[in-house]
Amino acid sequence: MSHIFIDVEVSDDVRGDAGLAKKLEEVCPVDIFADRDGSVEVVEKNVDECILCEMCVRTSPPGGVRVVKLYDDGAALER
Amino acid sequence: MRLYEYESRKLVEDAGIPVTQYGFTQSAEEAARIAEDIGGPVVIKSQVLTGGRMKAGGVKFADSPTEAAEHAAAILALEINGHQPRGVLVDPKAEVKQEFYASVVWDGTAKRPMMLFSDMGGIDIEEVAETHPDHVGRGHFSNLLPLSDFQAKQTIAATGVTGRTLTRLTPIVAALARMFCERDMTLAEINPLAELADGSFVALDAHMEMEDEARPRQKSLLAKLDITEDDQRGGYEPSPFEAAVKAIDAADHRGVIQGRDTGFEGNLGLVIGAGGGSLTLTDAVRSHGGRPANYSEIGGNPSVAKACGLAKQVLGKKGVEKIAVMMSIVSNTRVDIVARGVIKACLELDKDPGETIAIFRIPGAWEEEGFKILDSYGIEYCDRSVSMHEAARRAVEKIQGAPA
Repeated sequence: MSHIFIDVEVSDDVRGDAGLAKKLEEVCPVDIFADRDGSVEVVEKNVDECILCEMCVRTSPPGGVRVVKLYDDGAALER
Repeated sequence: MRLYEYESRKLVEDAGIPVTQYGFTQSAEEAARIAEDIGGPVVIKSQVLTGGRMKAGGVKFADSPTEAAEHAAAILALEINGHQPRGVLVDPKAEVKQEFYASVVWDGTAKRPMMLFSDMGGIDIEEVAETHPDHVGRGHFSNLLPLSDFQAKQTIAATGVTGRTLTRLTPIVAALARMFCERDMTLAEINPLAELADGSFVALDAHMEMEDEARPRQKSLLAKLDITEDDQRGGYEPSPFEAAVKAIDAADHRGVIQGRDTGFEGNLGLVIGAGGGSLTLTDAVRSHGGRPANYSEIGGNPSVAKACGLAKQVLGKKGVEKIAVMMSIVSNTRVDIVARGVIKACLELDKDPGETIAIFRIPGAWEEEGFKILDSYGIEYCDRSVSMHEAARRAVEKIQGAPA
């Protein structure tokens, strides 16, 4: 069982953005993102630790990252 | 945090209370040298953090340095109640005229320290209190205001001690009470406090326990006693549950969890905390006839993993049928994060959260988000409009059925 409360979606458009990968790793307070050789990687085991701070959503370009609340009919944090 | 007798003696000595010319050592040869310096019959006492030393053979008398070395060697190798001795204390065998008892304890009900005195020392004070209640004097005092010697005198006089003996004992008991406050003790006991043949008084044995939370404040004292940070001195061996909870807490810096289950054998697991909430809620569960399986504290905004870890440990305890997740009002701890943690614990143990969590009552930060999560798993919850007492009642009712 990896994550059951939260899902984090990274669009293919930004996944390979090395600058964003580094920035996401830096801003996420619960280590959901890792910079894997210049690509954005979602650390599955930490996804349920998401504190809904929206830092990742605001750091990414519009449509880049969505944070989905699986317990709330799929309501999402996005821009 | 319990102190060894030789450390307690040092504290007593520093407080200005007379002690014998004792010595602490970890070797039999040194024990012989100390006995030689004392120059007479001595008693060799095992330094262990457990009771029953005398019965276990951890206290022996010696008439010569050679005999002292033999006894010390035997005692140093003797395990008592699973405890290996830290060393031995070599003490002169005193010519005692009368034994007294003096202690200061924290009275949790009165929320003040209390002096206890008895003119029947050398035996358990509980036994004296039961069989000879008129021989036990009690006196509460403030730990904020300066202590007057008169308060100690009243406590001693309550046992019928008068005259010169009362005058000599008063400064000793007062000094013990002052030391108790200054050193953040939870127990400071001298038993026996002996009156020697020449009319003088000495502390022949001492037992001290310090508040665990006071360690940072008492750094200089701990350094003086050579007690390092690693030396945690639990009063007892932690249970597997307690050790597991401690390990989970240590593995993640976010938030704090604590768990105790020594003495608990109930069927209702408690995941509780926040601003005194744990004690209140444990009492509330008991007052409604509930049987807690554990005591716990959770707070400081723990991670989902940490809340999950605690809940899993509680649910994993033998006999636990349901858990109650209850807190006072939380400000920094997030309701939704704790909700995720306890639900995850149920799911990882193949339990239905809606059936397993008897009640969820954590009002405060992010409660609306938390309630959405609880709704989605069919868990009964309540907000601050339901008191902790009522939440506890509902939890007990769920596990034991409504009272007839």
